[in-house]
Amino acid sequence: MLKIENLHVKIGQREVLTGIDLEINAGETYILFGPNGSGKTTLLMTLMGLGNYEVTGGKIWFKGHDITEMPTYERARLGVGMSFQRPPTIHGLSTKHLVRMAAQGRDFDVESMARKVNMESFLDRDVNAGFSGGEIKRSELLQLMAQHPNLLLFDEPESGVDLENMHLIGKTVRTLLEGEIAPRPDCSMREQKEMRSSSGLIITHTGYILDYINADRGQVLYDGHLCCEARPRDILEHIRAHGYQECVRCLN
Amino acid sequence: MPKVDLSQFEFTGHASNLIEDLTTMPQAEKERLIMSGVDVTGVGRSGTFLQTDHNAVHCETHQPGVEMMDIKDALKKYDGLDGYYWTQVDPDKDEFTRAVAENVHGGYFIRVAEGVQVQDPVQSCLLIRANDTGQNVHNVVIVEEGASLHIITGCTVASHDTKGAHLGISEFFIKKNASLTFTMVHNWGENSVVRPRTGGVVEAGGVFQNNYVSMKTVKDLQSYPTIRLAGAGGIARFNSVLVAPPGAYLDTGSRIIMDAPDTRGEIISRTITTGGTIIARGDIQANYVPARGHLECKGLILGKGVIHAIPELRGTVEGVELSHEAAVGKIAQEEIEYLMARGLDEDEATSTIVRGFLNVDIMGLPARLNDAIQKTIEESEKDMF
Ligand SMILES: Nc1ncnc2c1ncn2[C@@H]1O[C@H](COP(=O)(O)OP(=O)(O)OP(=O)(O)O)[C@@H](O)[C@H]1O
Ligand SMILES: [Mg+2]
Repeated sequence: MLKIENLHVKIGQREVLTGIDLEINAGETYILFGPNGSGKTTLLMTLMGLGNYEVTGGKIWFKGHDITEMPTYERARLGVGMSFQRPPTIHGLSTKHLVRMAAQGRDFDVESMARKVNMESFLDRDVNAGFSGGEIKRSELLQLMAQHPNLLLFDEPESGVDLENMHLIGKTVRTLLEGEIAPRPDCSMREQKEMRSSSGLIITHTGYILDYINADRGQVLYDGHLCCEARPRDILEHIRAHGYQECVRCLN
Repeated sequence: MPKVDLSQFEFTGHASNLIEDLTTMPQAEKERLIMSGVDVTGVGRSGTFLQTDHNAVHCETHQPGVEMMDIKDALKKYDGLDGYYWTQVDPDKDEFTRAVAENVHGGYFIRVAEGVQVQDPVQSCLLIRANDTGQNVHNVVIVEEGASLHIITGCTVASHDTKGAHLGISEFFIKKNASLTFTMVHNWGENSVVRPRTGGVVEAGGVFQNNYVSMKTVKDLQSYPTIRLAGAGGIARFNSVLVAPPGAYLDTGSRIIMDAPDTRGEIISRTITTGGTIIARGDIQANYVPARGHLECKGLILGKGVIHAIPELRGTVEGVELSHEAAVGKIAQEEIEYLMARGLDEDEATSTIVRGFLNVDIMGLPARLNDAIQKTIEESEKDMF
């Protein structure tokens, strides 16, 4: 689904990512850990093709296409979807209208989907205008539900979210990744799970999101490098017990 | 801007015949009227007033409690409208007010009787038809105690290149607990010279809401309506959405004077230039407390053009709360990228942001007028990017 080869990224004069290699298969969710400022957000922004992030080396492949130089909207149409951490307010544009545009002509029942993430009373409000941290997350999820991406990029789904909302966000992320799984006469739940095609790349510090999703692989991004590939829960425990200092040793 | 030479315009000799049925007007003119917010069928309107060149050609209202007539008739009927006429605008203010004081061609007088809530808007249109016409109008609107009214005024020329000068005095009287919404759509042309002079007074508990839309080229326009909140609890709001295509020059502003306690004032303008010049003024003065005023002036330069924002605040007593926010710039790259991440290409993203910027939903206009404004925005988008 996604393949990153020796990716180098500069912001201004500074090289923030210094050779990233990563492969995420179809239906697989990858978890990214790493200390503040290590370059995690930078990696996600670069995958989405946003400005200010200059690729100075390496390649990004998505569904077999080289998307390294592809404009953001083409990546989105190809199936890359990102939840923004601090999205801008857009005055005069209703949330409902943006959600409809994000569906790109697909059938999407905005009202009933909004109900699923408690956003129905926000549909007429201007995009992100005065939204709280948790509201932004739910609004981003609603847009992603409309977008229906094959690769979900999510930067810290837990940050600024209360426990109840964490539950809602966790369940929604799972649905985005795994589809709606329910008992069906024609297809067992296990078969349904195997048919899922969405992949994910999720950044987390706390690991709360791991309670909701199936994620088998993860890595630590440290100072522009990836290291310590392991099961996400094991990485989390390791960081809890020993801190990120261990990662440096592992790198050397 | 070079000085306006009024001697280039004809202030006599353009009498027009009455028009019984506005739907019989030439198609091109009807379309210009529709784009100015005037519905020639009169459907959904409480009354219609039309002046072409030097006289009123149509004036009808079927709404009990609403009186509407040619200003000249009102002056005769009400003894010169003593206490109203020329009380809010000084006839000696400048050469334009003097020209109207010397030779008024027409304009409307509208009065809503005490306590009458008029549901459908009254519409009026001031049209310049003959080339070289100079049009002097004087409008007086009185909303009596506890009454409410919405007036939609469309100002336009028969063809985009008709040469004409429009000098218009408007005086508004919003009595105790009354409310007036005044929506003005300017649909002038590249040879139009426009000098509105507007003043009004709002008494205790009254509300004045002014909506102003101008999206077409106008050669030279200057206006600065002033509303005085004279009674406790009065509110004035100005919302303007202006586009200056190449060749347009708009010097516009709004002024609110808070002369009583518990008053509120708000001036919001959104301006875009695609090659023309906009001077966006705003002035809130507060002389009593409590008084709260906010001025917001946002401008986008798309391609060429000039936007000069001049927000002013004047408090003369301790305790007033006045604030302003002004910005002149370009569309934020961050907003474009956000929409591109949702699958919109750069043009779609830009157009979506511009439409949001020019969004007039806050004005609460009738659907057909809203549609006409959206259509005008679509047409002007080709100049924008
Ligand atoms: N616009 C910018 N200009 C200069 N430096 C930047 C810019 N954006 C990010 N950086 C720097 O790049 C480095 C990586 O930032 P990034 O946001 O990717 O970190 P992160 O791993 O997401 O951290 P956190 O866990 O705190 O979110 C940081 O040192 C940051 O200060
Ligand atoms: Mg980050």
